[in-house]
Amino acid sequence: MNAMVIDAKDTVAVAIEPIRKGEEVSFILNGEIKTVSAINDITIYHKLAIVEMKKGEPVVKYGEHIGLAATDIAVGEHVHVHNVESHREDL
Amino acid sequence: MKFLGYKRPDGRVGIRNKVFILPASICAADTARIVASQVEGSVTFHNQNGCAQVASDQQLTMDVMAGMAANPNVYGIVVISLGCENCQMDLVTKAIRERTNKPMKTFIIQECGGTIATVEKAVRAAKKMVQEASLLQREEFPISELIVGTECGGSDPTSGLAANPLIGALSDKLVELGSTSILSETTEFIGAEHILASRAATPEIKDRIYEIIHRYEKALQLVGEEVREGNPSPGNKAGGITTLEEKSLGCIHKGGHTSINEVYDYAKQVKKASGLVIMDTPGNDPSSVAGMVAGGAQVVVFSTGRGTPTGNPIVPVIKITGNKITYANMEDNIDMDASPVIYGPETLEEMCDKLLDEVLQVANGKLTKSETLGYIETAIARVCNYV
Repeated sequence: MNAMVIDAKDTVAVAIEPIRKGEEVSFILNGEIKTVSAINDITIYHKLAIVEMKKGEPVVKYGEHIGLAATDIAVGEHVHVHNVESHREDL
Repeated sequence: MKFLGYKRPDGRVGIRNKVFILPASICAADTARIVASQVEGSVTFHNQNGCAQVASDQQLTMDVMAGMAANPNVYGIVVISLGCENCQMDLVTKAIRERTNKPMKTFIIQECGGTIATVEKAVRAAKKMVQEASLLQREEFPISELIVGTECGGSDPTSGLAANPLIGALSDKLVELGSTSILSETTEFIGAEHILASRAATPEIKDRIYEIIHRYEKALQLVGEEVREGNPSPGNKAGGITTLEEKSLGCIHKGGHTSINEVYDYAKQVKKASGLVIMDTPGNDPSSVAGMVAGGAQVVVFSTGRGTPTGNPIVPVIKITGNKITYANMEDNIDMDASPVIYGPETLEEMCDKLLDEVLQVANGKLTKSETLGYIETAIARVCNYV
């Protein structure tokens, strides 16, 4: 296991080891081991997409919206300041 | 679920049995320190306030002093004042008596005839009090008597991944068992306040959540500072934090998933058996802890990533880290390694049971690492606050 999903609703996993481009990323989701392929190098504790997010869709971590996708984000892609924008919501 | 505690005459239940030497102002702090150093079983702290404060600022100091004195971990109080400070002895004792009827003695340095004369009288009174305290036996009480403060400091990426979610799971468990859990550090809510507000039990509580955050922002704007700017910091971003919402969510995870049932101002008396509540405290750890201790928390659970030494004179602080390197590096200061939440083999649920067991053991008398080291650092929030 080299990544972790905090909440079952999350669209991102967090790398718990340094991950290289092309490497298999494995994590547990709903009690099952899942894998995706890393599109970029992922620094430890950085995020990568585990589901596809279209531009403008919410990025979900801790089961909550942490921002909106600023571009289309593919599964396995590094998710950070280059492709997420902060968005204040009125819940 | 039960723990062994000390019953106080005001009905509250403590898990320590200290005599508290309370300096009413900075001018009494050294005398209080000398008194405490002579009496085994007594504690004090270096009060830096108590005089030359505007009314609203002085009120924060008064609330911390009265609240710490009334904390059920304290058997009795010896108050020492200089005599001419703004926090006059009659004001301090009145504030304490509004919260508790436990034993109390008072000494005014300018009336006793200086430090040495005061020390002699206060030491005699404190010695008598610790002897009385030592007669008290622990009795069994339900866990619903516990008010648990939660805090984070020296955070790193593992705080949001392991230690804070673990404290959140503990908080959910405590709420289920009928206790009170306090979520603190208003500055850390900023960016996720709409998420916290959506968990408020009533519309009034929702308004209060926004109120304490806006009040904080306004107080800082008065001195030309903008709290939302510069967050997340370059260091946060390098660590993998993308947005302010994400940063704040990592912190508020300590509050678990239950509804927020009350919002308390700094150092105000917290009710037992209230479930999850918020206290408006600064991000500065010792002053946030002091606020919750003044609110009546008998124990604090504290997550750290980098490793911090924080303790408190009257309340045990249980420190946990999700960073196994930090734990190995600072085992002297940290009580529990929470890294299995990330790396296994234990699950979050299993680690939560382990943490709850640790809380109960500490409630029953096990000393925390900060207690064995004698850590007592304390700070009191100000009107133009710490962040």
